[in-house]
Amino acid sequence: MPKLTIDGIAVDVPAGTTVLQAAESIGIEIPRFCYHERLSIAGNCRMCLVEVKPGPPKPAASCALPVAEGMEVRTNSEMARKARRGVMEFLLINHPLDCPICDQGGECDLQDQALTFGADRSRFQESKRAVAEKNLGPLIRTAMTRCIQCTRCVRFCTEIAGVPDLGMVGRGEHAEIMPYLDGVLGSELSGNLVDVCPVGALTNGAYAYTARPWELAHTESIDVLDAVGAAIRVDTRGAQVMRVLPRLNEAVNEEWLADKSRYAIDGLKVQRLDTPWVRRDGTLKPATWAEAFDVIARRLADVPGSRIAALVGDQVDAETATVLKDLWTALGSPHLDCRQDGAALEAGARAGYVFNTTIAGIEDADAVLLIGTDPRAEAPLINARLFKRFRKGGLRVGRVGLSGRDLIYPVEDLGDDPSVLTAIAGGTHPFAEVLKAAQRPMLIVGQGALARPDGAAVLALARAIAEATGMVIEGWNGFNVLHTAAGRVGALDLGLVPGEGGRDAAGIVSGCAEGAIEAVYLVGADERDLSGLGQAFVIYQGSHGDAGAQVADVILPGAAWTEKDATYVNTEGRVQRATRAVLPPGEAREDWKIVRALAEALGHRLPLDTLAQVRARMVALAPVLGRLDTLAPAGWAPFGRAGTVAATPFAPAVTNRYMTCPITRASPTMAACVRAFLNGNEKRTGTDG
Amino acid sequence: MLHDRDRIFTNLYGFHDWHLAGARARGDWDNTAAILARGREAIITEMKASGLRGRGGAGFSTGLKWSFMPREIGERPHYLVVNADEGEPGTCKDRDIMRFDPHKLIEGCLIAGFAIGAHVAYIYIRGEFVREAEHLEAAIAEAREAGLLGPDACGSGWAMEVHVHRGAGAYICGEETALIQSLEGKKGQPRLKPPFPAGVGLYGCPTTVNNVESIAVAPTILRRGGAWFAGLGRENNTGTKVFCISGHVNNPCNVEEEMGIPLRELIEKHAGGVRGGWNNLLAVIPGGSSVPVLPRDVCETVRMDFDSLREVKSGLGTAAVIVMDQSTDIVKAIARLSRFYKHESCGQCTPCREGTGWLWRVMERLVTGEASIEEIDTLEQVTRQIEGHTICALGDAAAWPIQGLIRHFRPEIVNRIKARQGQARAAE
Repeated sequence: MPKLTIDGIAVDVPAGTTVLQAAESIGIEIPRFCYHERLSIAGNCRMCLVEVKPGPPKPAASCALPVAEGMEVRTNSEMARKARRGVMEFLLINHPLDCPICDQGGECDLQDQALTFGADRSRFQESKRAVAEKNLGPLIRTAMTRCIQCTRCVRFCTEIAGVPDLGMVGRGEHAEIMPYLDGVLGSELSGNLVDVCPVGALTNGAYAYTARPWELAHTESIDVLDAVGAAIRVDTRGAQVMRVLPRLNEAVNEEWLADKSRYAIDGLKVQRLDTPWVRRDGTLKPATWAEAFDVIARRLADVPGSRIAALVGDQVDAETATVLKDLWTALGSPHLDCRQDGAALEAGARAGYVFNTTIAGIEDADAVLLIGTDPRAEAPLINARLFKRFRKGGLRVGRVGLSGRDLIYPVEDLGDDPSVLTAIAGGTHPFAEVLKAAQRPMLIVGQGALARPDGAAVLALARAIAEATGMVIEGWNGFNVLHTAAGRVGALDLGLVPGEGGRDAAGIVSGCAEGAIEAVYLVGADERDLSGLGQAFVIYQGSHGDAGAQVADVILPGAAWTEKDATYVNTEGRVQRATRAVLPPGEAREDWKIVRALAEALGHRLPLDTLAQVRARMVALAPVLGRLDTLAPAGWAPFGRAGTVAATPFAPAVTNRYMTCPITRASPTMAACVRAFLNGNEKRTGTDG
Repeated sequence: MLHDRDRIFTNLYGFHDWHLAGARARGDWDNTAAILARGREAIITEMKASGLRGRGGAGFSTGLKWSFMPREIGERPHYLVVNADEGEPGTCKDRDIMRFDPHKLIEGCLIAGFAIGAHVAYIYIRGEFVREAEHLEAAIAEAREAGLLGPDACGSGWAMEVHVHRGAGAYICGEETALIQSLEGKKGQPRLKPPFPAGVGLYGCPTTVNNVESIAVAPTILRRGGAWFAGLGRENNTGTKVFCISGHVNNPCNVEEEMGIPLRELIEKHAGGVRGGWNNLLAVIPGGSSVPVLPRDVCETVRMDFDSLREVKSGLGTAAVIVMDQSTDIVKAIARLSRFYKHESCGQCTPCREGTGWLWRVMERLVTGEASIEEIDTLEQVTRQIEGHTICALGDAAAWPIQGLIRHFRPEIVNRIKARQGQARAAE
């Protein structure tokens, strides 16, 4: 523990700490541009120069200087101030003074630090440099003339996103940041470049010129567009969500956010259901809430509970699930399923359907087996963690199914035939030895491996592998299920699965077609083929006019996740709260209230009038939901059903990584991403875009 | 003046055979095994005693540098890297050493490699040196053929391999950490120090980077003894040095001389004097383009060694003496150097990337006088804002020539500005 003084204050920090970090630990902020705590140290901006004794009579870059015993650091001496003023002047000589029309204005490091550390005028009389724009795809807007060559973006792409496509090309004052090869940046984390860029060189393409940061109201929430549950900040102006930024959560997303989560918000403005609709004479007509409930009440008046079913969608919050569960109990219907994709997960043992290792726990793993999952498409942030772990060295990753997909780190493809799993479980496959030899082995089962007729057998096989290779030991559980639906774990916790003699998702749909089910309640369920519902009376509740709304007889407009206070459980089983940032549009209402009102219309007045009552009931149904933000290890208990596994290769759970839910399908930016990143090589016709 | 008996580079002009046979006739590779048999510590001590200061420009003690390497070879191998990227304008000594005395360098590689615990040496040679690289490779092949290199170099039991790697001609790759980056196949950009190469160098392993001349003189020092070398020159500036004299002299040349020789003697004895006589001298850049220029009155008396030149606010650098007579437009000459540094800045760190371009543009205006008098001070301040604020010394190298110009030739600049202003007024 070297002792040093910074501005006369004695500091005691662990060896290896840099002077900049040591200063930060006692509240002295040293200005910086290139230094970013999650990226390697570049030391190139020279803004963090401080005076250090003993040492040569020149200032030292504090970001790269390790502390040493007896060091005397002055962050505000004449030498340090002169050095910073000089660097600031250099940074500004070629930086355009277009702050009034720059999207970074108001939250720009250069602007802020120029105010604090710069001079009040420039002595530079020559012409300024102009730099050609670069095409980084539809998400990132460039203004490369503003670039200060700090290389944070280059380091982010290389070290975090795992796509070393960006670099500093050329030298001296002609050095430019650009993709080495012409073409868009193939990363699903590229939006973070906007955050790491300290100036307005890389800005949010979708948010361009729409708002100034000081006009925005900030709401801390969580993301629900995948099952990672990243911490986000929703920035709103009036009734509009203007942008989404990541928030710090070391356990989940660190400070990154996947592109889908950041950019799909323009989908919140289109295709919205803002009033109830009722089908009359074959066409949907706008209606009032009273009319909608009246139609439902009359239609269901004589239908017994055993002929009513509910299909629960991917983004259903735990409050809504709670009320729905109670309503279905009251109706006496066993036909209830939250696994609309048909995944063979059971509501029983929690360890059997969560990501037990935890996302942060990935960093301790030393061997990984991926089973029918493409984490890069299904959960980019979890993939980024795996990459982070890979960069530390000594990680082996094996994969069964979905071979050949580029996961930014090397993967050993063990085959597409699921029978490989049997061999691994039996110890006859060489990769079984890799897992056994590992100190902390883990496996990840994707929904693609589970959402098939033999899913329960695959799950049992995965469990067998976990047990056979020592993945479940004291203090470590390497068995993981990777979800794609933000509401799935919460719904499983609450037991939204078929009751005694109840039909599962496939059974509900076929029951509708056969006439065994007379009415079906689609609570945000859009991800299944709903064309075969036959004569069944369909009630759709949701935020967007997507697949479910098209087949509905009555549409109840619900709220998106930015419009309600709601509880979600991520794939780890972490219970988190989303916060309302704006009101739902028009007549749309928070979802639990709609279910509660529907129950009343059906003659079941549930004693759940306030959010607090709903949450109390939720915790009563599933005590695990009472524990916010922290995780407790789930007990290892039996799950899965041993059986034969078909030789059919696993299908991907996510076929289009940019369009996975009604919101993303409605988003123009996501459509642009699909064109740019997924269909980039296809010739477009004259009528397309 | 250096006696012939004390000359190290006896084939500096290529009059004799540069191949192994010729080199052996001149005493190279003479019982090298006996030198290695003295052991690492003894070699390093002898090198320290010789007082040899690095010949690449910075003048850091070579023996001391070798002693920074870990004593024992751990998990990571040690590397010797020879900096043959001679890019400093005005300098051409390493080139002739490699061309005409390649075996001195190769033998030096074996000895230095042994002293620092390296089994592999890389000679990073400037891409433009095509013939020199060919000579080196041929000489290495001869040495390997003769068993002087290889698994049992010179029968010493020490395995040594020497590889030649050709650079692509960027000036910055002569900076030791940028050279390492380039050698690793990356973009040549200086690394942050610490960690120093002796701890984390080539491929993350302990590495010593030495100039060609520093390595090439090592065998002779060890043969003749550190005391012999230390007896030449002046205290703390010992030994002999190859000086490169170019510019407005009658006989531009490379010459090995004793450290501390007076500049005037060097020019008059070896380079045939200044074109048009000593009085026609305007200024001399004594150590390669990056060191501050000296006016004639200083040149009159100054001695050519590290400390003497530092006293007159210049430097020995690579000992490349660039002589300029009265016909020289000194402002234009320095502006040309500014353009060079602007062109060669790697662009990594702010003061150099932004500052070198600024300096050059102002310098170009000073050439024609299209500036105000106050800008001279601004320019001086800008050089101070660059100097000492950058990752490597290229920032300093860009700043010093301009500082030297302003220090010694300010009236010249002022006159031009005034003349230009007078013209402008006359035009009105």
